[in-house]
Amino acid sequence: MLKVKTEDYEALRRHGEETYPHECCGVLLGQMDGDVRRVSSIARCGNTRTDSPQNRYNIDPRELVRIQREGRERAEDIIGFYHSHPDHPARWSPTDLAEAHWFGCSYVITSVEKGKAAVTNSFELTGSDENDKKLVDEKIEVV
Amino acid sequence: MMTTIHIPTPLRQYAGKVPSVEVRAGTVAEALSGLVSKHPDLRRHLYTDDGKLRSFVNVYLNDEDVRYLQKEATAIKDGDSISIVPSIAGGR
Repeated sequence: MLKVKTEDYEALRRHGEETYPHECCGVLLGQMDGDVRRVSSIARCGNTRTDSPQNRYNIDPRELVRIQREGRERAEDIIGFYHSHPDHPARWSPTDLAEAHWFGCSYVITSVEKGKAAVTNSFELTGSDENDKKLVDEKIEVV
Repeated sequence: MMTTIHIPTPLRQYAGKVPSVEVRAGTVAEALSGLVSKHPDLRRHLYTDDGKLRSFVNVYLNDEDVRYLQKEATAIKDGDSISIVPSIAGGR
């Protein structure tokens, strides 16, 4: 399960509206507590897929290094990521799964339809390695 | 040199559930070798069967991707830290 504050939930959805018709992306920071991931902050990132931003995203690892370092100073870990699907369902795609490697983390996807955030879903990356990984629906609790 | 290797959240379960590991090393290769010697379960998550770093595993020495330095031969100085950062990408 993913627990997220209203302000962070609205902010990640708004990010997708701002970057429409391109995909937005960002990092969820917080703590893992068994099966519950609690978001305490989010970090917007740039999308380096300037060649195909309407249907692809990539976060520069250098940005992740910085976000991770800043998170450590606040006792926060990277617990997930978010991105948007412009005019496309909030469901993971084969590309989303192929490029997912942060096991045990949440992958949040928002469908942005004609510039307005519609549905937001979250998926946990489960499995033990690249051969058996799956993105599994998880509940989002907005608190 | 003693160096800190920051372990990303998905790999901590294979590294004693700690966020970082201290190793003594002179190069990035020695540091990663020291890491997998201490925590052998990490090996298959970092390396392919033929011993190469997996393509989605990014290794940073401080703020620099070692691919753009001397790769795993990159020398480590006092105070340096290594971050292992799996890629984040996707799209509809």
